[in-house]
Amino acid sequence: MQYRSPLANVRGLGSAKSGTHHWWMQRLTALALIPLTLWVIFVLAELPALEYTQAVIMIGSPWVAIPILLFLSVGFYHGAIGLQVVIEDYVADEAQRLVVLLLMYAVMTVQGVVSVFSLLKVAL
Amino acid sequence: MDALQRPTSPHLQIYKLPLTALLSITHRGTGVALAAGGLLLCYWLVALASGPDAFATANALFGSWPGRVVLFACSFGLCFHLCNGVRHLFWDLGIGFELKTSEKTSWWVLWGSAGLTVLIWVVAAAMRS
Repeated sequence: MQYRSPLANVRGLGSAKSGTHHWWMQRLTALALIPLTLWVIFVLAELPALEYTQAVIMIGSPWVAIPILLFLSVGFYHGAIGLQVVIEDYVADEAQRLVVLLLMYAVMTVQGVVSVFSLLKVAL
Repeated sequence: MDALQRPTSPHLQIYKLPLTALLSITHRGTGVALAAGGLLLCYWLVALASGPDAFATANALFGSWPGRVVLFACSFGLCFHLCNGVRHLFWDLGIGFELKTSEKTSWWVLWGSAGLTVLIWVVAAAMRS
């Protein structure tokens, strides 16, 4: 039996809408990020010491580029949904909250696309 | 109409936070800081894609002493968030909630983060030579 009124159902009020999905995706991306971060951080530690041409060659290797691509996309997504929770906790006014959330998602998405694009430009 | 000055319940200036609670807010703080630090990574990748001059400038910025301090802080933040995150995943499975266990693992997280940060910097220094 549905305890929500039809309007509440449509507006997604009542339960945390898709809260379970958010919770699960946070855990899934966290799990994926454990090996990705460990791999990428040691790669990134080495890169600044290299000459430009050496750095380009290293990034061109699929063993380097693909983990970094995964790290970037999964990492920015994990960060974005994490920040969503933080913003929802601290911004009380509903209108302000919406604006801040939109800005955050915009920034994270642009960051993600820009970094992936830059990496591909170098690697391919 | 002004709000009445009602007595408030004791809060941060009264209670000493348990270590687990401190680590919890630090986990959130490092998470937010890492999201901001992503901008640095993004900048560095754009510099790499922009050519040798931009790449050299970016490396010079990060290699300077203020730059290195920032990078060190970011790396510790990352390691802490990673180690505490692993602890969170165990908690999600229901493991390690007991008070004594939680206190013990709090220290594991702190030492583990410090150790991992040092390891990364040592390996990075070794790879340069």
